[in-house]
Amino acid sequence: MTYAIEISDLKKRYEGGFEALKGIDLKVEKGDFFALLGPNGAGKSTTIGILCSLVNKSSGKVSVFGTDIDTDFAQAKKYLGVVPQEFNFNVFETVFNVVVTQAGFYGLSKSVAEVRAEKYLKQLDLWDKRDVQSRMLSGGMKRRLMIARALIHEPEVLILDEPTAGVDIELRRSMWAFIKKLNEQGTTIILTTHYLEEAEQLCRNIAIINGGEIVENTSVKALLKTLNQETFILDLDNKLPENWQLPGYSVVTSKDATSIEVEVIKGQSINDIFKALDEVSVNVISMRNKSNRLEELFVKLIKG
Amino acid sequence: MKNSEIWIAFVTILLREIRRFTRIWPQTLLPPAITMTLYFAIFGNLIGDRIGEMGGFSYMQYIIPGLIMMSVITNSYSNVASSFFSAKFQHSIQELLVSPTPNWVILVGYVLGGVARGLCVGLIVTVLSLFFTHLALQSLFLTVLVVCLTSIMFSLGGFVNAIYARSFDDVSIVPTFILTPLTYLGGVFYSIDLLPDFWQKMSMLNPVLYMVNAFRYGILGVSDINVYSALIIVSLFIVVLFWYGLRLLNQGKGIRN
Repeated sequence: MTYAIEISDLKKRYEGGFEALKGIDLKVEKGDFFALLGPNGAGKSTTIGILCSLVNKSSGKVSVFGTDIDTDFAQAKKYLGVVPQEFNFNVFETVFNVVVTQAGFYGLSKSVAEVRAEKYLKQLDLWDKRDVQSRMLSGGMKRRLMIARALIHEPEVLILDEPTAGVDIELRRSMWAFIKKLNEQGTTIILTTHYLEEAEQLCRNIAIINGGEIVENTSVKALLKTLNQETFILDLDNKLPENWQLPGYSVVTSKDATSIEVEVIKGQSINDIFKALDEVSVNVISMRNKSNRLEELFVKLIKG
Repeated sequence: MKNSEIWIAFVTILLREIRRFTRIWPQTLLPPAITMTLYFAIFGNLIGDRIGEMGGFSYMQYIIPGLIMMSVITNSYSNVASSFFSAKFQHSIQELLVSPTPNWVILVGYVLGGVARGLCVGLIVTVLSLFFTHLALQSLFLTVLVVCLTSIMFSLGGFVNAIYARSFDDVSIVPTFILTPLTYLGGVFYSIDLLPDFWQKMSMLNPVLYMVNAFRYGILGVSDINVYSALIIVSLFIVVLFWYGLRLLNQGKGIRN
């Protein structure tokens, strides 16, 4: 099977001796929506930097759609579109020129580049800003500009390094809707993010990297199955009676006794909670997870 | 990349460089025009009349080729040095690094961008000089050849400077402390025949002397040095600097971690 990305025994030691990657192995299937997670300094950006030629690897093999970056990096680069963490376009160029110039670097003719630039700038709501110097754009617009630029050569793999950092909720949602659509159309997406909720909602497969090593590499579903315990918050329509108890469960009642936090361990049933509340004539108005499930797992894995 | 794609990538870099220096023309094209006009007026007209002839020509006519060359040298150098360093500084160089554009195309693109500015400024200064005196061109071919080679050489020098530079100060150190003294001592304002024997020999170590004199030979037909040796020296510098610049790019010096 040819993978979109295949990394084996990848090592990176920076000048000064810091070992950012200690021999990682990673496979990303074609068409996947893949999350690469890890705390700051774990090696995410180094891995992505090596993939797209911004960081020189120390050793190991990296191939993109079967093309080894050591033998034909130019071909491998054609498969990749990169949206980096930091803004990295020429701020004095107009929005249109930023995108069309990038197309030129991929050898696309001006006529093709202009058609595609219009297509992607329209899809990302930047067409009205096409003649504006890119430094005049808002933070969210700059992010979208980098996505349009990364898509101009219509890559097979789109790599997004913390694309929603500092982006407001509305824009984040519209950005993800766009990326999700791209993925449905066949583009492989590789994402690093600090918003684990995003990874849980969007990604099929996940790798967690820590200290330059992959500590988990599986599907999001499989990872969530390993979760032993979840905490639910229940909002109630009435105050709970004093000294109300739920045997076998750890319960924290709010000061006004109109909401409770209940820890549910694997094997326990939420129905027990509803039954116990029903017995004291208290109904549940709403129920939610206390924290993001993936976040709990992430913290556990990182702490080892 | 196919050859046609490589050509498109090269043209894209070159046009972007030309767009850059024409967009900021008050910083790139206007200053040399003003400075050189002042040189022509003060050194050529006011002081030159008292100096008299040099090499069989009026002092104004004698210094004009040197002043054109001085403009070409400084502008070719600083265009590539500042453009490439700015791209490094604001990380926009990554646009090129992630693309399949070969490193030699990146190098040639930036260098010819510098050459374009050098020639543009050279042409402006030449036209301005015609308001002060007339120039009888001895050899158009030699003049164009020397100015192009010199521009390529200093563009390559600017590129190497930009690769090593870590701050904007590093970009201005070489032009201020090396390039300007070499140019002033490179026979722009005088013939080395006027110097004592020792300083004449020392001047022969200055590469700018060869370029200024070869260019002056192309325009006026007089030179302190052998024109062919000048062409060989410049060509050698170009080969060495191109090889070195490409090596640095391939290594990712200053641009890749």
